[in-house]
Amino acid sequence: MKIKISPLIYTLIFLIIFFIFYKGLQNSNIYTPNLKIEENIPSFKAKTFNNDKFISEKIFQKDKFYLLNIWASWCVPCREEHSFLTKLNKEEKIKIIGLNYKDDKKNAKIFLKELSNPYDVILLDEDGTVAIEWGAYGVPESFLIYNNKIVKKIIGPINEELLTEIKILIQ
Amino acid sequence: MASLIGSYSLILGFCCSLIIFFFSVRNFKSPKSFDYKILSFTFLQLFFVIVSFIGLIISFINSDFSNETVFNHSHTTKPLFYKISGTWGNHEGSLLLWLLVLTLFIFLFLIKSKKQPNNYRILTSMFQQIIIIGFFIFLIKTSNPFSYIFPIPNEGLGLNPILQDPALAIHPPILYLGYVGSSIIFSSALAATTLNFISKDWAKHIKVWVLISWIFLTLGILLGSIWAYYELGWGGFWFWDPVENVSLMPWLALTTLLHCILALEKRLILTSWVIILSIATFTLSMCGTFLVRSGILNSVHTFANDPERGLFILIFLFSLIFLSLFIFFFFHKNENNNNSFFWLSKESSILVNNWFMMYFLSVVLVGTIYPIFLEVITSEKISVGPPFYNKLIIPFLIPFLLSMAIGPKLKWIKSEIQNKMYLVLFLFISFFISFIIIKNLDINFLINSILLTSSFYLFFITLRDFFIKGYQNLSQNLAHFGFSLLILSILFNNIYSTEVITNLKVGQTFKSKSLIIDFQSIDKKNEKNFQAIIGKFKIKELDNETIILNPELRVYNQPNIITSEADIKTNLLKDRFITMNLVSNQDYFNIRYQDKPFMIWIWLSVLLISFAGLMSLLKKRYEN
Repeated sequence: MKIKISPLIYTLIFLIIFFIFYKGLQNSNIYTPNLKIEENIPSFKAKTFNNDKFISEKIFQKDKFYLLNIWASWCVPCREEHSFLTKLNKEEKIKIIGLNYKDDKKNAKIFLKELSNPYDVILLDEDGTVAIEWGAYGVPESFLIYNNKIVKKIIGPINEELLTEIKILIQ
Repeated sequence: MASLIGSYSLILGFCCSLIIFFFSVRNFKSPKSFDYKILSFTFLQLFFVIVSFIGLIISFINSDFSNETVFNHSHTTKPLFYKISGTWGNHEGSLLLWLLVLTLFIFLFLIKSKKQPNNYRILTSMFQQIIIIGFFIFLIKTSNPFSYIFPIPNEGLGLNPILQDPALAIHPPILYLGYVGSSIIFSSALAATTLNFISKDWAKHIKVWVLISWIFLTLGILLGSIWAYYELGWGGFWFWDPVENVSLMPWLALTTLLHCILALEKRLILTSWVIILSIATFTLSMCGTFLVRSGILNSVHTFANDPERGLFILIFLFSLIFLSLFIFFFFHKNENNNNSFFWLSKESSILVNNWFMMYFLSVVLVGTIYPIFLEVITSEKISVGPPFYNKLIIPFLIPFLLSMAIGPKLKWIKSEIQNKMYLVLFLFISFFISFIIIKNLDINFLINSILLTSSFYLFFITLRDFFIKGYQNLSQNLAHFGFSLLILSILFNNIYSTEVITNLKVGQTFKSKSLIIDFQSIDKKNEKNFQAIIGKFKIKELDNETIILNPELRVYNQPNIITSEADIKTNLLKDRFITMNLVSNQDYFNIRYQDKPFMIWIWLSVLLISFAGLMSLLKKRYEN
């Protein structure tokens, strides 16, 4: 009996395609750059809002959680995430450090007056170099830090889900 | 209330499907006469889906936020027009529209195919009902447009502002008529293969459906492209975005099918091509739906990222593929022996066209899904951009354009080229013109001049035919002429476009050798659903009159998003295109001014191509 081979081959090819699509579905389609988890935080120098000079080692103490949040007054999604930062600020276990990115100081002050200030310390990054040291991709972006290590990197604004995730992590 | 009615009629429509399927099976066993219950129930099914669709539209108009779809995609401050178009501006509603077109087309098919054999009609209806049942289950189970929320929210979340646009409001319905129209071709090709009914008669009868889908698909793609041009603000019209690609792939398959059907109608050849292309067109449409709706690709069309939906379409899609493979391999008899033809004949030129089209199709297919494959296999992320497509497609356009000029001149079976003189003469004229155009420009001479030559060649040959042949083969000639016009406009647009990007404050002026941009003032305007900041720019070009352009920045209230609206002054020769964008510092704006020659001809030539399709559809007989 002559066995038809081509139908089998085609079926096999389509089965493989099916399998690949099926696998592809389970991958997230949101682009998240590879990041080494538990990376050491970079050391850097920056000015604060009050014009004091700061070295990174002095701000970040061991055994404490910090959230470094990169923001700017011109950034629209930053306004969205602001209310979540304010909520997070009520947690005692975590300190929020703001990194004001390529911003006008006047505008930044108006922004904080209008929406309240959730930050414990605000650092200035007028030319954007500090953000580069951190390997940031854009604004807003947040880094959760513990023991001088980056525990989690959040690209884009913080939302309700991410807020609960952070709360669980710091417990 | 409207939601409730809609929801129930959706379920009733689904019941109709099952009944029709049952009657079709019973009727198929004894197909002496066509069971008119099938037709009545198809009508009833169409009626229920229409009621359901109207129910959803009414919920949108009344801003009934107890309906989850309305809550997620509408807002009370939206103008009525966008409330209505919001109905299909989301995943659930657009699938309901998809279902509406599916049921509409099978109803029309059953009415229009009375002269065809009974068992063929019944079987087509059966295959179509399989597709319809699949979509009913998909809609009701994973994406019900009538989900209820309690407590009822006071306000909706609003429609994405970039979708609040007239071109985009009609883009989905038109495109769907094209996509879903191909489902009839699919069902009917499967039925005809099963019954060994692939014949000249069948080709003649299905050609109408191919043309209808093709026209709508062409227009749908055109509308999407026009929208991208003025709404996205980059001044481009085609970005090789995965979503554009998934609409281009069925178009390529359908265009090839259209040519094959003509050959089948005349000579009963290329039957395997016709069957495979009929299957491919619809599966590619479905595959497009899968790619954009499952969230496996990211784009404006990814309404919601729900793996369950993706999985359903994937399984459904592959069931259809395996069903078609089975039918093709076990029922399709190889064509009989009258398929001999000389190498220089219309048949071979259609084959050449097929292979070119399949090549273009594979390039687009690989470019679109290869990143997914690579990510699954090696978990590496790549993105495939315009350079890939340009490098692989443009060189092959040259022989493609030339054969498009020569092919239609050939006769069936065996042919000789007559009047060789003018064919050669035209080639020289085209080359000469291209040479003069390219000579002074700072671009790669060889590829550009050859490309331009071949497009001019097609342009002149088809133009000559209008005068020589008159009404004979007019629609075909018009379509090919339109295509040459399209390629020429794209080429000139690419070669001659100029761009200025600069930062300006109000009152400042930008000056260059040939251009003065004067930023005169800004104005504010409040609309119902957005606030606009309107800039007033006075533009003076050296050899041109002064014009005023008013680009806008729109701050939409719901959802709160800023969009930039380009202002475009169009005339027959060129578009002048300006956008402005906010920069961090409020004092100045980022201004982007583009001079884009022959832009309108790109749209016009595509319109011409679809008009040629319409002519062919309305014409009683296809002349040889």
